[in-house]
Amino acid sequence: MSTNEVTGAEILVKSLMEENVEYIFGYPGGAVIGVYDAMHDMSHIQHILTRHEQGAVHAAEGYAKATGKVGVVVVTSGPGATNTVTGIADAYMDSVPIVVFTGQVATHLIGNDAFQEADIIGITRSITKHNFLVKEVKDLAWTIKAAFHIAATGRPGPVVVDMPKDVMASKTAFVYPKEIKMRGYHPFYFGHMGQINKAVEIINASKKPVLYVGGGVVNSNASNELFNLAKKLNAPVAMTLMGLGAFPGDDELSLGMLGMHGTWYSNKAVDECDCLVAIGSRFDDRVTGNPAHFSPQSRKVHIDIDPAAISKNVKVDVPIVGDVRHVLERLTPLVQPLETAEWWEQINDWKKEHPLRYENGPEIRAQYVIEKIYELTKGEAVVTSDVGQNQMWTAQFYKFKNPRSNITSGGLGTMGFSFPASVGAAFGVKDRPVFSINGDGGIQMNIQELTTAVGNNLPIKIVILDNGYLGMVRQWQDLFYKKRYTHVSLGTNPDFAKIAEAFGAVGFTSDKSGEVVPILKEALKVKDRPVLIDFRTTEEDNVWPMIPSGGTFAQIMDYPKSVSELRMASSHTEAAK
Amino acid sequence: MKKHTISISVENKFGALNRIIGLFSARGYNIDSISVGTSEDDSVARVTIVSKGDDDVIEQIIKQLNKLIDVTKVVDLTYESFVERELILVKVSASRNSRSELMQISEIFRSKIIDISPRSITIEATGSEQKVNAMIKMLEPFGIKEIARTGRVALKREFEGEV
Ligand SMILES: Cc1ncc(C[n+]2csc(CCOP(=O)(O)OP(=O)(O)O)c2C)c(N)n1
Ligand SMILES: [Mg+2]
Repeated sequence: MSTNEVTGAEILVKSLMEENVEYIFGYPGGAVIGVYDAMHDMSHIQHILTRHEQGAVHAAEGYAKATGKVGVVVVTSGPGATNTVTGIADAYMDSVPIVVFTGQVATHLIGNDAFQEADIIGITRSITKHNFLVKEVKDLAWTIKAAFHIAATGRPGPVVVDMPKDVMASKTAFVYPKEIKMRGYHPFYFGHMGQINKAVEIINASKKPVLYVGGGVVNSNASNELFNLAKKLNAPVAMTLMGLGAFPGDDELSLGMLGMHGTWYSNKAVDECDCLVAIGSRFDDRVTGNPAHFSPQSRKVHIDIDPAAISKNVKVDVPIVGDVRHVLERLTPLVQPLETAEWWEQINDWKKEHPLRYENGPEIRAQYVIEKIYELTKGEAVVTSDVGQNQMWTAQFYKFKNPRSNITSGGLGTMGFSFPASVGAAFGVKDRPVFSINGDGGIQMNIQELTTAVGNNLPIKIVILDNGYLGMVRQWQDLFYKKRYTHVSLGTNPDFAKIAEAFGAVGFTSDKSGEVVPILKEALKVKDRPVLIDFRTTEEDNVWPMIPSGGTFAQIMDYPKSVSELRMASSHTEAAK
Repeated sequence: MKKHTISISVENKFGALNRIIGLFSARGYNIDSISVGTSEDDSVARVTIVSKGDDDVIEQIIKQLNKLIDVTKVVDLTYESFVERELILVKVSASRNSRSELMQISEIFRSKIIDISPRSITIEATGSEQKVNAMIKMLEPFGIKEIARTGRVALKREFEGEV
């Protein structure tokens, strides 16, 4: 009997093997030293030592988003655990399946303010889908199985498993449960057929439909089903930031992104449509602006796996709770091709009148950089973006062809996400280039992961759109605070290319638009280490179009033709506030 | 805004109650009263929460509660026929002169005197919210020293109509 008994630490490793885990992103410490000892002889699973626990969580997120598998993190107690909090909150907001194993002080010390004790269960309760404190080693295997099950099913999300040191050292027989039942957890999968039929009626009666598509389509691997529906209906597809890639951005039915910095025509189409089909999207305020005026003329269908996402912000006519893929499989055969020729004529006029645009010149425009990356990679790279202007220009000008290639922090808007997420994505994706787009502000929040990328020979292309500012905040100060720039200048930036070289990566710097393509081509040739490119871009450039926060389509600010028109636009929105 | 009595069945486990209370505070929902205890099944605790809110807020509360992994069942009893009771202890100032009047009031409300001292008496009462509040009103003129309330507990009726 006792010969079959193994420690909690060994159970963790064995369970991760049962879950077919390929990578653990982690960082050791006192409370998990036994766990790390058990990893010493681990085969099949590779442990990736990041250089900060936040980097480990974003890497796990990047891996999960790129592959659809659960990302795994192991960290120590106290500061190791608290360093994961931003990443966990990020994963919660964007429904990313990760399991974070945190060390904890021994059970008899819990609550004693012991060395490196933090109540990570209490801290993460409101930012996890669920969390567990393992009190006895006999519960460990079940808990791990449950953690993976909860993280990956239904609306995915992060799960924390807190592992006291003594529990991980005590022994029991290892039995990994085949299946798990929790009486409080039954994610629905199949949409209600009665609701689907009602949705079909609304859709079939439509002359001006829009499909409003979010990250739920990616999470449920429903891109093909979405494609079939859109093609059958001949309906335009507007995507949220998280939905980009769910439908090919270069397809004639794509309207690109909608919302605050979405295309003029996607927002116009949503404003004018008579039927809005929300698919795996959640009527987030960055999309709706003022929800009372959002898509005022449409009848609305909402397909989502999370019942709580339904009618939270905007009341819909027909909610369908279910997995997007299952629902679309049942819905598409029942709808009819729609008479949308007139609608398309209208939309195509709008597209012509209000395209996304920028003027190229000797200076490097950020938009140009993204467009060239798009052209060189044919829309097929995995691209992580950070938060701010760089994120919006990536969303506008990189026409993602495939799902799971657009990786960004949407819900939480976490600066410092892009680069560590690209590290995780690069472990998951080997057959396509991985680009990490950054602002000069955000890159400095997790730049330490250059060590991880160099040490693992990851050929990530790190692009900095270096405008010398916290650009997006500067844009708001420009438009809404009378250009009183307050603590947004990054005038004392380091020489990023030299930093890259000091880490053992390749570094480039340029401020000439003519050099952009040659440098990118050069970078794409490097296969054995990361390349960092510091593009010094136009400093005070703004992202257009823009619907001001909480505004309506009527308040959209399109590209200013002149400075005075821009000023008028901004005083107009100030009056509206 | 209407008062809703929500009955929640939750795994009787470490931290489960925290999740429920944490959800209310994190999402800014109010709690008028809360009571917690075990149910007919040892492994399940029953939490009764009374909350005020517009219909869509209450709808969100119920959906969010249902999302909690440890929560096995949520019922908004407001839409059902249900019985609810609350137990309160009231310590009232009492002198030789007022004691008998207080005892009468207590009797009228079918409550019990459970402690007595030269300057006060403590009354235990159970009943619906209206009954309990009515009694407190009657006791106020005497000088209430302390009140402890359990919060409401509620169950759905098996048959329609008062028994
Ligand atoms: C961790 C964090 N802190 C602060 C912010 C607020 N914020 C949003 S965008 C932005 C500016 C980002 O500047 P930069 O990284 O240079 O990107 P740019 O907008 O210039 O492209 C800031 C500070 C945030 N989103 N995340
Ligand atoms: Mg910047």
